[in-house]
Amino acid sequence: MSVRATIMGLSLLMGLASPALAKDDLVIGVSQFAPSLNPNIDPTVIKSYVLDFAIRPMTAFDKDWKLSCLLCTTLPTIENGGAKFETTKDGKQGLAVTFTLKPDLKWSDGVPVTTKDLLFTWKLGSDPKSGFSNNNPWDRAKSIDVIDEHTAVLHLDRVIVAYNQWDQLLPEHLEAKAAEGKEAGDYLKATLYNRAPATAGLYNGPYMVTGYDSGAQIVLEPNPYWSGTKPSFKRVVIKTIENTAALQANLESGDIDLAPGDAPALTIDQVIALQQKAPDKFAYIYKPSLTYEHIDLKIENPFLQDVRVRRALLMAIDRDTLVSKLFAGKQPVAATWVNPLDANFAAGVPAVKYDPAGAKKLLAEAGWKPGADGICRNDKGDRLAFEIATTAGNKLRELVEAVLQSQWKASCVDIAIKNEPARTLFGETTKKRTFTGMVMYGWSSAVGESPRKTQFSDQIPTAANNYGGANYIGLNDPKMDGLIIQAEQELDPAKQKAIWAEMQGIYAEQVRVLPLFFRAEPYVVPKWLKGFTPTGHGDYSPLWAENWRAE
Amino acid sequence: MRRFILRRLGQTLLVLLVMSFVIYGLIGLMPGDPLDVMIASNPGASPEVVARLRVIYGLDQPLMLRYAHWLLAALQGDLGFSRTHSQPVLVVLAPALWTTCKLMLISFVVSVILALGLGIVSALRPGGWLDSLISLAAFAGISVPVFWLALMMILVFAVELHWLPASGRETVGDGSLLDVVRHLIMPVATLALANTGGFTRFVRASMIETLRMDHIRTARAKGNGEGRVVLIHALRNAMIPVLTVMALSFGTLFSGALLTETMFAQPGMGKMIYDAILSNDFNLALVGLLFATLITLLSNLAADLAYAWLDPRIKL
Repeated sequence: MSVRATIMGLSLLMGLASPALAKDDLVIGVSQFAPSLNPNIDPTVIKSYVLDFAIRPMTAFDKDWKLSCLLCTTLPTIENGGAKFETTKDGKQGLAVTFTLKPDLKWSDGVPVTTKDLLFTWKLGSDPKSGFSNNNPWDRAKSIDVIDEHTAVLHLDRVIVAYNQWDQLLPEHLEAKAAEGKEAGDYLKATLYNRAPATAGLYNGPYMVTGYDSGAQIVLEPNPYWSGTKPSFKRVVIKTIENTAALQANLESGDIDLAPGDAPALTIDQVIALQQKAPDKFAYIYKPSLTYEHIDLKIENPFLQDVRVRRALLMAIDRDTLVSKLFAGKQPVAATWVNPLDANFAAGVPAVKYDPAGAKKLLAEAGWKPGADGICRNDKGDRLAFEIATTAGNKLRELVEAVLQSQWKASCVDIAIKNEPARTLFGETTKKRTFTGMVMYGWSSAVGESPRKTQFSDQIPTAANNYGGANYIGLNDPKMDGLIIQAEQELDPAKQKAIWAEMQGIYAEQVRVLPLFFRAEPYVVPKWLKGFTPTGHGDYSPLWAENWRAE
Repeated sequence: MRRFILRRLGQTLLVLLVMSFVIYGLIGLMPGDPLDVMIASNPGASPEVVARLRVIYGLDQPLMLRYAHWLLAALQGDLGFSRTHSQPVLVVLAPALWTTCKLMLISFVVSVILALGLGIVSALRPGGWLDSLISLAAFAGISVPVFWLALMMILVFAVELHWLPASGRETVGDGSLLDVVRHLIMPVATLALANTGGFTRFVRASMIETLRMDHIRTARAKGNGEGRVVLIHALRNAMIPVLTVMALSFGTLFSGALLTETMFAQPGMGKMIYDAILSNDFNLALVGLLFATLITLLSNLAADLAYAWLDPRIKL
């Protein structure tokens, strides 16, 4: 082969670079793959993100954190008569919630979405053998009355705030066969969403899954039977690149268009650095989210039993500077677990201000005086020292930890860092509450979700409850328990707000947790993408993907 | 020969059986249970749901009983169900295996060809400038971290020059042979460069030793040309120790290209096994590791057979 021919061959191979698909394709880069696609089983963040393009829940919170109907015509509420109080057979107060499905809804094979699907999903979801683990369990409804093809009444045996929050329906005409199995787990193995996720008819959103390349990418194309706003892209490709440095390089090379903040993708420090490097190349969005980073304190630790010590620990850390220096001020400081964007946020509960002198004074009141080495000691000569654990290898958490360690040291508190891999930290240390002082991690809740999992007494993980629950602080306060129950049942928004304010007050007063900041979701968005709106909560931006367009 | 092969295949089965027991036991020793991973990514799962799932996945049973159930089913051809993928293990394994085969076979062949060429050239003039240059390049190849090399390739050839796609197996909607080849160039080059250095050093050392042997002097004395002496008489003998190293590397390549697969978004066996172990997906991790073991054992068997072919004095 001549040199000329070789050069021509190489040019053909190398020169025809096609980093950018045409603008009618949108390539999204994420760092995790959704290994299965059944919406009701193991709904991880990445799975929900992918499915939000293709299958709509009955209801979802919108960008303003207001509950809205996606499959129904009107959101049923007490006020509009869509939900009514009723008395159950055993004399308790329950609710009858009427849903009317949008009449022009169709599955992606043209079959209409009807109450048959609602009934099927409810029956399957109420069967413990099905393995459903969705956020809004179907077994909250004890019976369903089907009025016609589009209207049904769900009967709940108790009053709950989330009475009008329901998840995705499943297509009865396709999934009924998979649900025929009698053994526990049979449905899990037979569902088409896992066995053949590109089957036409499994989706009812603006896009449908047409390609599923395990571990690599998922391809979505417009659902021809979607009756809403016509999706603008001919193809949406969700590509998995697990190494975030490589993911960033792909973004810069144009191989991917969008790095979402509501799915696992680039870290906030990467996005801040990229913005500094290429401020005009992309649009950068930092959306405060419901995930709050915090430090749980082990209340059984004798030094931490004194609330003055716990409060002093909070006063000794400068969270404003930490957030400003490490995250360019993009992540708001948290006063409690409730985000200021949440309707139940209590503005009257102030965030504790950085006050190292006040912290030392409080420690002195509690009997802790600085020793010769600068670390506080009590009358018995004990050093005021704690261990802190977080997920080893999480660069940002380790950085935060190091800053906090130095700030506490300045206030005469000695902190030893003892980090563990995530699976050990969450599989043993928090689960069995074996940490001795502090443990730092993030926690996500849904909009308006009560703090039952983290603060109700029966959620303290013990051998008796098979280490279920996430009340790692070991909070066992009948008053808090009572408030949580009320918060889950009170339908009057004003009373609800008062209950939440009281819960936040207890949280702030007892200082069993050191709240740090709310994570911001960092998005890198192509400048030509319009109609894209992050939400900051668990109903992700693709739920409104039909509005995304290239301009 | 036939008896030897049958005996080795029997030993292979025995090793696989022992390995399956050891691997299953070791994964079981890891902290936490498989559902912890699920709970961590889905805090919405209530303790009741978790307890139900534990029964559905059989995690309420003792580890050894679970292993016994798996073994019994495996002997009947059912390798189990992947908990994380919610699919039979073989269905999950097949695409990963195909990706790995493509990547590994091509990069292995490329690195062997390069190593043979460079190792022989190096051995012919040990200490010469060409030998020094090749040795320097080989050491660089051995020393450079794979993830760094991969990232640099992406930055140069995808971000700066826009010559090659930065990641993936093919362009959606294209998938032509040329497109697949373009996607393979960087991962193959990364793996080949990482392996070539080591192989080159082995070929060089073995060739230098062989070229000093009596039979080589005899071959030259008989008037054979230098090319024939080097490529026929010396290389054949020099390949015996080199083959052992290559056979062992081949097995490792099947499960150990995690970084390359991750950096170039080419999910293969290495990534699959790593994820399965981290998420406590017992069946998938077990079958993946057993497969890597099988490849190592078979490649060693192939190496043994090659010894006999290279040197008829070796009796199997």
